[in-house]
Amino acid sequence: MKIAVRYFASVREALGPGEDVEIGAGADIAALRDALIARGGRHAEALGRERVLRGARNLVLSGETTALGEGDEVGFFPPLTGG
Amino acid sequence: MSAGRVSIRQDDFDLGAEVAALRKGDGGVGAVAAFIGTVRDRNDGASVQSLELEHYPGMTEAAIEAMIDEAMRRFEIRAARVVHRVGVLAPSAQIVLVAVTSAHRGSAFQACEFLMDYLKTQAPFWKKEAGPAGVRWVDARVADDAALARWGIAADNAPDRSGAAPAQR
Repeated sequence: MKIAVRYFASVREALGPGEDVEIGAGADIAALRDALIARGGRHAEALGRERVLRGARNLVLSGETTALGEGDEVGFFPPLTGG
Repeated sequence: MSAGRVSIRQDDFDLGAEVAALRKGDGGVGAVAAFIGTVRDRNDGASVQSLELEHYPGMTEAAIEAMIDEAMRRFEIRAARVVHRVGVLAPSAQIVLVAVTSAHRGSAFQACEFLMDYLKTQAPFWKKEAGPAGVRWVDARVADDAALARWGIAADNAPDRSGAAPAQR
């Protein structure tokens, strides 16, 4: 299934604003992140497990066990610092 | 000033105009509480030359709309408005406005603080500071998670710095 991935803040600086990613059915946010890390290079560095990142599915903050569906938008970003 | 409950924008805002618009036509308003967050010239001991704010267009607005819905459920308030600036801001600049109207002061004070606590850890904004030593992304604070926890909501935003990074699986 196709997922529209978007990056923000320090992750955006490393990887750009986003990309479309093809991933197997049944994947959750953690599986998507792992698939991106497996590309190595800048992806492994920006999304690696040593970094604390938050995620969103379809514009809602979502944990890594959140299941994904065809056409979903997933955002990866560092902890939030607004206000 | 745009209509609606949430405005994310580069332009500055005017407290008087925002409050006037919020109160307009509602004779039941007996209390207005407003909070404004501004850019400090120092943070964590270092001087700040400018602050750059990034957001997640679409998600930020939706998240704050949901927060206002929750504030309306929890408190007897009549209206609320949140304005948050993005882009590059100088020290002393206004960053964020939360304004609430109600019949009596208690609900307005409480809802204003609730919305601000909620916004700090659940609305997708990121701050980057520029100072003499260069630029750096601002770290999330555990204290902000604690502020939201007082309202019975788990934030889980700031990293746990007591040990190793969580695996999150």
